[in-house]
Amino acid sequence: MDVTIIIDSLPSLLKATLMTILLAAISIIIALVLGFFAAIVRILKVRILNGIATAYVSIIRGTPLLVQIFVIYYGLPQIGISLDPISSGVVALSLNAGAYLSESFRAAILAVDNGQMEASLSMGMTYSQALRRIILPQSLRIAIPTLSNTFIVLIKDTSLVSVITVTELLQMSSLIIAKTFEPLTIYLLAAAIYWILITFFTTILDKLEVRTSKYLVR
Amino acid sequence: MSIIQVNNLRKSFGTNEVLKGIDLTITKSEVVVIMGPSGSGKSTLLRCLNFLEEPTEGVIRIGEFQVVTGGKANSKRKKEIRELRKRTGFVFQSFNLFPHKTAIENVMEGPIIIHGTKVEEARILAKALLTKVGLGDRCDYYPAQLSGGQQQRVAIARSLALNPMVMLYDEPTSALDPELVKEVLQVIKDLAREGMTMIIVTHEMSFAKDVADRVIFMDKGVIVEQGTSEEIFLKPKEERTRQFLSIVK
Ligand SMILES: Nc1ncnc2c1ncn2[C@@H]1O[C@H](COP(=O)(O)OP(=O)(O)O)[C@@H](O)[C@H]1O
Ligand SMILES: [Mg+2]
Repeated sequence: MDVTIIIDSLPSLLKATLMTILLAAISIIIALVLGFFAAIVRILKVRILNGIATAYVSIIRGTPLLVQIFVIYYGLPQIGISLDPISSGVVALSLNAGAYLSESFRAAILAVDNGQMEASLSMGMTYSQALRRIILPQSLRIAIPTLSNTFIVLIKDTSLVSVITVTELLQMSSLIIAKTFEPLTIYLLAAAIYWILITFFTTILDKLEVRTSKYLVR
Repeated sequence: MSIIQVNNLRKSFGTNEVLKGIDLTITKSEVVVIMGPSGSGKSTLLRCLNFLEEPTEGVIRIGEFQVVTGGKANSKRKKEIRELRKRTGFVFQSFNLFPHKTAIENVMEGPIIIHGTKVEEARILAKALLTKVGLGDRCDYYPAQLSGGQQQRVAIARSLALNPMVMLYDEPTSALDPELVKEVLQVIKDLAREGMTMIIVTHEMSFAKDVADRVIFMDKGVIVEQGTSEEIFLKPKEERTRQFLSIVK
């Protein structure tokens, strides 16, 4: 193992890490919005949208992410929708995480004791006031552990879009290995970077969970 | 002038008819205690009065707010139901305080959201109400940090904050340890003395003797008999009432 190889390849790897972070960050934001609306639409049983959301969640959860990426990147151009690799990656990752988040949100909303909704309604609140002011703040806390899990999976899954030539961390590692022939060193380095990223995010989310749970402490 | 008027109230869950035509008139400042065996429909009756359950049939009027039962769930009707709920406080057996809000925030929530009261005004009102139920020093505690009796008193303050015409209590002390029952009943007694109109489902006989202007005995979805606490407790006319009282005593 050669230390100079690490030093030489680190700048490129870190640059590619930025791409990984960017992919994950944009996708998680879209996924949060998507997942939230899919959950609400299903809980309120909004006509038509409920069916669409249910089918969406079922299809995404029932198919491999890699296949979803291929359909979006290689398949959609056939019907006139051509997306560049990065956009394809973001769309695939957002749709994928959105489906899982919608399940987390839905479970978390349903987990809030029914008495909370009844107490709110009995005061004369509208359903949406009760949802916003009373139910959702409590669901958020319940959802954090599974949200956290989806975030971790999403960061890892960004590596899959390397197959459609997005130069994120894993793709860059492979490019460097093609030149240096040092797979062990470089892949271990990439693994270390993933680990640091994920540990960083889980720590933040754990802190958030502790903070939002302070009202439960006796 | 009656403040609550219920005519031929019926409620079925599927084929199970739980309320079989209840007629009830309650006048201002009257305190009514409802008793009866488990499953007789007491909770369902109270919940129908607040439209937490949708009655199958009948008419409910509270103050000047009359909601026709069995109507379509359109926005006009939803608004009527909300108006009715704003004027009836409901106290649950399980308190149902908002756990993510402090005691004072629980009490402020209604005035702010329902009445559009300014936050500072709501805080003053809430502080006064918490003091009234003996919890002026617990304003900033979360429900999880309070005893069951304290939580139920906060819940009563939360209902009072909307300045209701009538308070409905569904077994307010049944979830409490025996030593905490008294403090909650005391708050309800104080309200009775101030002239609050109340319907209370409870099995606390001595409390009923103290505060009830009228005791109603329900069984199997009907009002079996009603009268003053003396009439019901000391010389019940109906066999079912006698049986029930012999068990409760
Ligand atoms: N949401 C519901 N769905 C179906 N049945 C119900 C529901 N709520 C109450 N019941 C039934 O109605 C009857 C009366 O219940 P309830 O009003 O809670 O009685 P009580 O408060 O007097 O014990 C019971 O047989 C109960 O099983
Ligand atoms: Mg009951």
